[in-house]
Formats: sequence, structure tokens, C-alpha cells
Amino acid sequence: MAQAAKFDLNDDNVVVIVGTGAGGGVLANELAQKGVKVVALEAGGRYMPEDYVNDEWESFGQLAWTDPRTTSGDWRVAKDFSGLPAWIVKAVGGTSVHWAGASLRFQDHEWKARTNYGAVEGANLLDWPIDGAEMAPWYDKAEAKLGVTGVGGRARLPGSNNYKVFEKGALAVGYKEVHTGNMAINSADYDGRMACQQTGFCFQGCKWGAKWSSAYTDIPRGEATGNLEVRDHAHVARILHDDSGKVTGVEYFDKDGNLQMQKARIVAVAGNSFESPRLLLNSHSSMFPDGLANRSGQVGRNYMRHTTGSVYATFEHPVRMWRGTTMAGIIRDEARHDPSRGFVGGYELETLSLGLPFMAAFLDPGAWGREFTTALDSYENMAGMWIVGEDMPQADNRVTLSDTADAFGLKVANVNFSDHPNDIAMRDHAYARGQAIYKAVGATRVMPTPPYPSTHNLGTNRMSERPEDGVVNRHGQSHDIPNLFVSDGSQFTSGAAENPTLTIVALAIRQADHIAKEMAAGNV
Amino acid sequence: MSQLRKQGLTRRALLSRAVAAGALAVAGPGFIAAPDAAWAVEVTAISEHQMATLLQMARDIYPHDRVGDRYYAVAVKSYDVTDQKQMVADGIAALDAAAREAGFDTYLAAGWEDERVAILRRIEDTPFFQTVRGGLVTGLYNQKEVWPIFGYEGESFSHGGYIARGFDDIDWL
Ligand SMILES: Cc1cc2nc3c(=O)[nH]c(=O)nc-3n(C[C@H](O)[C@H](O)[C@H](O)COP(=O)(O)OP(=O)(O)OC[C@H]3O[C@@H](n4cnc5c(N)ncnc54)[C@H](O)[C@@H]3O)c2cc1C
Ligand code: SF4
Repeated sequence: MAQAAKFDLNDDNVVVIVGTGAGGGVLANELAQKGVKVVALEAGGRYMPEDYVNDEWESFGQLAWTDPRTTSGDWRVAKDFSGLPAWIVKAVGGTSVHWAGASLRFQDHEWKARTNYGAVEGANLLDWPIDGAEMAPWYDKAEAKLGVTGVGGRARLPGSNNYKVFEKGALAVGYKEVHTGNMAINSADYDGRMACQQTGFCFQGCKWGAKWSSAYTDIPRGEATGNLEVRDHAHVARILHDDSGKVTGVEYFDKDGNLQMQKARIVAVAGNSFESPRLLLNSHSSMFPDGLANRSGQVGRNYMRHTTGSVYATFEHPVRMWRGTTMAGIIRDEARHDPSRGFVGGYELETLSLGLPFMAAFLDPGAWGREFTTALDSYENMAGMWIVGEDMPQADNRVTLSDTADAFGLKVANVNFSDHPNDIAMRDHAYARGQAIYKAVGATRVMPTPPYPSTHNLGTNRMSERPEDGVVNRHGQSHDIPNLFVSDGSQFTSGAAENPTLTIVALAIRQADHIAKEMAAGNV
Repeated sequence: MSQLRKQGLTRRALLSRAVAAGALAVAGPGFIAAPDAAWAVEVTAISEHQMATLLQMARDIYPHDRVGDRYYAVAVKSYDVTDQKQMVADGIAALDAAAREAGFDTYLAAGWEDERVAILRRIEDTPFFQTVRGGLVTGLYNQKEVWPIFGYEGESFSHGGYIARGFDDIDWL
């Protein structure tokens, strides 16, 4: 492997990327492959498969973002986990270390939510400025990169115990599109990574490298080109700009807590949907008093987290759901848009399992007594599924700067969220379907479980055709500042029913193409 | 398990030095122990009554009939330190006061779980109760030793995952 590059702090020809997760890590590699010089700054440390631990709380301590955040709004997370609105990673590779690997394309109608769903009261729906046809080739590239199963000639994974219970129940209630999913988990050796060994700790980082994560694919490959330097423990505090309103670099705290300044030709923000708007807001100046890229006032708004919830059920006999991939299968029949169900948009049902320690924390946070403990007594006989559905963007579901400061003295993100009536109607429908599925296979008890701290965080710097409706254009480029990009899930105009990461990766590959062309043309 | 010390006392010696501290533990000077002396917890900062009460509280908050007292004792042992002393003293005084309102001498004097749960419901919104309950979520369920009681197998990488160890072995469907 070539020596990873080292760039000078005063090198103003580099692209600086903030965050190295699904969006930032892919963008960094894709640009480096095209010969663009990149400095990727990552707030967290660097951990590789040999460092990951098969232990839920220990892994949480190793990888999770636990810097302060605050919460408000009527979502239950604000009460049960007031300092932990999201369960995401602070490490090289970002939340692609944690993720389960479900990799689904948007359905065509979801790119045009406002047109297809109509005006929904209280929702701030908007069409994406791009569509399924335009994204199709980028999805192809993303699926090949991630090695997604069930497409591109790659076999699906075998079904686990948790999947078999789910599948039998799904078929019994009449569902048709039921399978082990499209997963960024190898069913056979692929791209230098081995096949899944069904260890069951996908959320704790895959020790076999069978699951795709930018931590051990894109990032080392980008470094091998000699065009990418990744600085870990580098927490970006502020994006700087000149009098013409173009960004010129970033200030960051290095691993010793010293403030550094890295010059840049372009800055791409990919800190996930709380940190990206936080950084833009914290970068306010006399020229941009409301924060960078925020002439529209949309930075931080329209936060989406998917309509979620889980259904766990216990049976007469053991299931041992923890054995095998954490997310082991999917039912897609409810993903369609069919307002006769009482809500717009659709949802997916995906199996999920938690280990005993996390089950105790998340099954019914705050609950105690025998109603709760008898459920855990049957942990071995439990099966589980997760709901992931399209939630409505709402202007006041938003990230703002809190009065609380982090260890560097930077104002932290406050996350305000309340369910839209459409979200509630969808969740209730999904709870009922999930319970019916398990009852159809003899469940002795069913448990509609509340949403966990957010794992999918979307929409706080949304993409829009018109500058007044959003923060970035069709390429994730700021409407206000041409050399400032957003490269993570915060670009999402609407959330769709699908897990977001394949789309984040496809957008990053597409954005790299655009940035390289614009640089070559001298436009940025 | 390091916090738990087997006392090396015979059952008779133990019981002769101890006073009954409620349904499940006996308290002696500086320790509380299982009535059959199977385990004992040293008590240093807080009182034996307080430790026995915490132990019973832990059981009543998260009752698992197949999980022995020693695991609950480990889970609450961390309250036996000087800087928790006041919090524990005030909290248990309030709990015993709630018990008196319900017609019992103390919380531990209520013989049935239902009766004790009713007392706990009176204080469940207090910071003391919430601290004890919240601490148990990891203090109890994150003890690797309790996992097998629930069937949970824990770490699997070193065993090569479940690919050849039953990830799809369900046989009753
Ligand atoms: C348990 C779990 C399971 C999931 N399963 C799935 C799934 O099956 N399918 C799916 O599609 N998605 C899944 N997701 C979601 C998926 O992980 C995210 O959508 C995806 O990783 C988001 O990519 P991102 O680039 O926006 O942010 P991240 O991947 O979160 O990367 C952001 C990075 O930026 C860094 N950063 C933030 N602020 C700064 C700063 N100021 N300076 C420097 N660095 C900074 C962070 O430390 C982090 O490393 C799951 C998530 C979780 C938590
Ligand atoms: S189940 Fe498969 S993908 Fe998940 S951690 Fe284990 S080997 Fe990796």
C-alpha cells in the first residue's frame, strides 16, 4: 500500500471533508480515486475489525457518539434518553461501523413525495430535484461497491431462526414480498472481504469484515492512492470564509485539543444530520449571521428519523434471535403508497434482534415489575422486527444550537422532534400488522416496542430545486456558497420508506463525479 | 464477582450473629448474607438495613425468579460508598415512611411482593427510585454471569459465529 498522503495546513488546493461515515468516507475515496487531493477530518478515533468487541455496552463505549446533545419535543426519546437523541458512531467510518447493512433503493414515487402524496397538513413535503431514473446508474455503482445481496447476481443470505419465524408469519397473513433482504453483507467472498459468519454482532462492528463499512474499505483504499489524508480525533469547530463569501478552510481541534486551521478549496460537510447543521450554524459570521448556507433559513429544519418502532413476540419454544445477522429479512408489501390505509407513504418490516443487555434497556424504557421482567424471562423464545417507514418532514422538527456547550466550548445540537399524525397512524398500522404476523405463528405474547434513539437521521440540510426551499441543490452543493457541499443524509428532501445508507452512498459517488468535473472546469 | 466475598462462616455461626433483615437476607455487623450463607456482601458506608432494603428493592423492581440474590447484590453493591450514603439514607427513609403509610413497619416487613410493589409505586417518581432502577438496567443485565440464565450466549466471534452453531436450527415451526 502506498504511503497515505500528508497535506500541509496551508495547502489551499485540497478538498476538506468533515466526517468519514457512509457519506464522507465514500466521497473521500471516490475523489481520491479521481486524483483529487483530500483531507478528511474525523472527530472520532480509528478502530478496525480486530478492535471491535462482541459486547453491546462495551462496544457502545468504544464507538458511540456520547458528546452532549439536548432534546425537546413530544417524542418519547426526549424523556427516556434525553441526552442521547441518536445512537450513532463517532469514529473513522462513522455509523457505517454500526449499521445493519440493509440496502434498499427508493421507490420511484418517493422522489416526488409532494406531487404524489399531495399537500399534507402540517408537513413540509417537497419533491427531490432528482428522480429514480437519474439515480439508477449511481445506485448500480453503490450496490456494487457495497456488495449488496439479491442484486447484481449476488446471492441472498441464508435465513436465520429469527427470519424463519418472521417469514412463516408473513406468508400466513398473506404477504408476498418476503426475503432475507438486500444486505451489504457478503453471502460469499466478495471484493476482498469474506462471507458472513452469522456472529450476530452487526451493530457492534463486523469483526469479519463481511459487512461493508467505509472504515475498512473506502477509507484505506482512498489512502492507498496517495491522495487522501485522514486525520482522526480532529473535531471541526467552524468553517471559514472570505469576503467574497466563498469558504476558505476549517478550524478544528486536534487530538491534543489544539485549535488548527486547514485551508481548503472546497469543504464538504458529512457529520450526520445533527452535526452537519450544527457546524453550519456554529460557523455564523457577520456576513452570514444565521449560519453558513442558511439564507433560506432551512438549515436544521425538516429533521426526519423514519417512523419506527419494534414488535417483539415470545413463543412456546426457543428462537434464539441473536444468532446470525442482526437484520435478517424483510417484508416489503407495506412499502407502497396507499392512502386507503389512513396515511401517506409506506413502511418496511425488517427483522431485528438485540442482545439481552440492550433488550433490557430498550424493550420498554423506564418500565419495571413483572410485566416487564416476564418478557425478558422469555428472551430465548423471542423474535423481533423493526418498523421503518417514511415520516413527514416538519419545519419545526429541527436541530438548533443549544445553550449547552461541549468539551471544546462549542454549542451542541438541540434536537426537537414531535410525531406528525401521519407518523402515528403509520406506526399504529405497522404495530397491528407486526403483531398479526407473530400471532399467526403462535406467539404467546406480543410487545409493540417504542422507537429507540434515532439511527436514521435525515433532512436537516435538505436538497431543493429552488434556493428558498432548501439548503443544497441537486448535487448537494450549497445554494449560497458554491464551494461548500453537504454529503451525508442531511441532504434528504424526504425520507422514503427505505433505510437511507445506499442512497447516501449513491449520492456521494454522484457528488464526487460532479465535484471532480467542476474542479477540472475551474468552476470551483 | 469481586465485590462479593464468601465469608467462610458456618450457617449456624452466621445466623447466630445475624438478625433477620427481611424476606431474603440476614444482616449482621458489617455484612448481609443469604440465610443459607451461600453468599454475603460486606457493608461499609451504609447500614445493613439499607443494604438489605436495596437488595429487596432490586428484586422487586426487576424480579426474575431464576436469578439468585447474589446477582442483585452485585448490582446494588455500588451504593455502599460514602458519596452515596446520604442519598441512600434519605431514599430508604422515604421508602420506609411510604411503607408505614401502607400499614407496615418497614418496606422489608411487607411479606408479599404485591404489597412491596404497591409501596414502591408511591415513590416511583422520586429521583432515588429512578436512580436505583436506572442503575439496575446495566448493573443487573450487563453481568455476563446472568446471561446464561436467560439463554443469552454473548460473544460469538471467538467461536466462529453461529454459521455452524445453530443460527438456523429452529425445529418447531
Ligand atoms: C444501529 C444502527 C443500524 C443501522 N442500520 C442501517 C441499515 O441497516 N441500513 C441503512 O441504510 N442504514 C442503517 N443505519 C443508518 C446508517 O448508519 C446511517 O444512515 C449512515 O451511516 C449515515 O451516514 P452519514 O455519512 O450521514 O453519517 P455517519 O455515518 O454517522 O458519519 C458521520 C461522521 O462524522 C463525524 N463528525 C461529526 N461531526 C464532526 C465534526 N464536527 N468534525 C469531525 N467529524 C465529525 C462523526 O464522528 C461520524 O464519524 C443504521 C444506524 C445505526 C445506528
Ligand atoms: S452476522 Fe455477519 S455481518 Fe453481522 S457481524 Fe456477524 S459476520 Fe458480520
